[in-house]
Amino acid sequence: MAAATKPAADTEFLLGLYRQMVRMSALEVALTKLSRDGQLRGSLHLATGQEAVPAGACAALRKDDYLTVTYRGHGYVLAKGVDLEEVVAEILGRATGLNTGKGGKMHLTDPSHGLLGANGIVAGGIGTAVGAAMASWMDGADRVAMTVFGDGTLNQGHAHECLNMAGLFRLPVIFLCENNLYAEMTHLDKSAKVTDLCKRMETYGIPAVRVDGNDPLAVFRVVETAVAGARNGDGPTFVEAMTYRTCGHYQNDPGTSYRTLDEIKEWEAKAPIPRLQASLYQQGAAADELEKIHREENAAVDKAVKAAIAAPEPPVSVLLEDMFV
Amino acid sequence: MSAVAAASRVIGYTQAINEALVQEMERDPNVFVMGEDIGRFGGMFRATEGLLERFGEKRVIDTPISESGFIGMALGAAMAGKRPVVELMFVDFSLVAMDQILNQVAKAQYMTGGKAHVPLVIRTQGGGYKGTAAQHSQMLEALFVHVPGLKVVAPATPADAKGLLAAAIRDPNPVFVLEHKQLYAAKGDVPEGEHVQFLGQARVVRSGRDISIISYSYTLIQALEAAATLEEEGVDAEVIDLRTLNPLDLRTVEGSVSKTHRVLIAHEAHARCGIGADLAAQIQERMFDDLDGPILRVCGADVPVPFAQSLEDASLPSAAKIAARARELLSGTPPLREG
Repeated sequence: MAAATKPAADTEFLLGLYRQMVRMSALEVALTKLSRDGQLRGSLHLATGQEAVPAGACAALRKDDYLTVTYRGHGYVLAKGVDLEEVVAEILGRATGLNTGKGGKMHLTDPSHGLLGANGIVAGGIGTAVGAAMASWMDGADRVAMTVFGDGTLNQGHAHECLNMAGLFRLPVIFLCENNLYAEMTHLDKSAKVTDLCKRMETYGIPAVRVDGNDPLAVFRVVETAVAGARNGDGPTFVEAMTYRTCGHYQNDPGTSYRTLDEIKEWEAKAPIPRLQASLYQQGAAADELEKIHREENAAVDKAVKAAIAAPEPPVSVLLEDMFV
Repeated sequence: MSAVAAASRVIGYTQAINEALVQEMERDPNVFVMGEDIGRFGGMFRATEGLLERFGEKRVIDTPISESGFIGMALGAAMAGKRPVVELMFVDFSLVAMDQILNQVAKAQYMTGGKAHVPLVIRTQGGGYKGTAAQHSQMLEALFVHVPGLKVVAPATPADAKGLLAAAIRDPNPVFVLEHKQLYAAKGDVPEGEHVQFLGQARVVRSGRDISIISYSYTLIQALEAAATLEEEGVDAEVIDLRTLNPLDLRTVEGSVSKTHRVLIAHEAHARCGIGADLAAQIQERMFDDLDGPILRVCGADVPVPFAQSLEDASLPSAAKIAARARELLSGTPPLREG
């Protein structure tokens, strides 16, 4: 399966993708500052340079479609439409957070937007997405599920059990793999003998398609096709989005000890936000318009951070709540 | 939930489980079963016999041997509004699915601040006495109680097998139902028609005043035998079936201890960090002054369950071991536990 060549999307749609990417980036800048200032507890896993994949992929989903992501999935959470202020408050451990401060950034969950969870275990949420797709299949419904993970996840057994069953039962699920070449700090070449991830899908009878993950429109089109197939009863698709994390694995990893500066620079030159900006200018978008998007998204993130900082932490009285319904 | 029973009749433990599944699948179209060899084959222990013919292949799903995968899928289905009842053929196999059971299923409700709802049942069986050796004979309930987030039940009778499973399926939370392979052949009175019990209620199976023998699952049957032997010796033992291990019904336990002042806990699982260790701690924290002696335990030896009959017998509880330990406790000078 290959991404079909389609006519250029209209500028408005591209501006929407651009806005999502800018929002994610603005959030990352704000979180980095909070982390450095000691105002953010725990680990911070960013996805700088990978903004195009969530923007493009989520644009192909409906609000009621299911989604699971990993601890690096904040871009998807926002692009799926989850409230920015609740997300930021959760990341800062506030009572007003999406999950009342009990989960934090690694466990962002909002079933009202189909988000069945970010996950601290790299393959941990794949079964959840495949199971939600199974529920849709049982009901003959047209809701699909998408599960997002990195190349490293394909070396965890749970992923393969779920891929096998999704292929076996032809479940309406999209396996979106962000291949950024590194599983934490280890290169794909050092993790698997067969590094052609699409080829590994042949085992499961799941059609696979590789796409330029730094091109949100290309990602959108591939995922859109996969989603249409899944809604239509054609079963799962594996999408391998080729991208690169120009930041480190987490806040204390500069990302330079296991990668060359040349390699990082090469990918920075292909970074999706400037790239989309350039093509928007080519399509005649006004600089004012793009600047306005940056201004608005920065302001929205800034407002969310201020609100979260002003919000209370959860009271100790809720410690034992939410165990059982 | 009510436990109003119509007429009862004697049926087997396995049939009781099957009745609960049929009862709940008929009542709620969102209930479905999933697991290895449960459909066409009818289940390794026959508990799901006839379900495929009755409910079709979208509600009775044969899976590959992928415990981690299908438990994860059950979680997703539950979050999407279904009520999955997963059969895990042996509790020993839970160990290949522990991330899904303890990191995902058990934590989903709490770590999402209550946004995730996980009405999910994992049915499985454990236990020894059948020569199935170290990887098919374990009782692992303590693991599932230790990590918060699951309700855990261990029915000892056919009536409880039906009533507790039905309650587990109706419960809005994840419930781990631990059956016992020695009990599948057991027969007993089981209410006909709808039968649903409460989760979290222990039962005083036999009333007595000299000693409280607290047990559950197959060991309960041994505890009752031990109590019958002790009765012949003039000892009036009370026997409690915990039935639900999480939440624990401490009220029933306290009521018994305040009467007998002596406690013997009997279970098949290993002693270290087991249900008995936890229960003993909770009893002494609450009722130290009520106790007339140390709380003693009869448990499985702290070794992998051995294969040879002589060693398996030596490693597991029996009615004779429970009776002997009770005598030691009642004599007032119990020796320390060996090992």
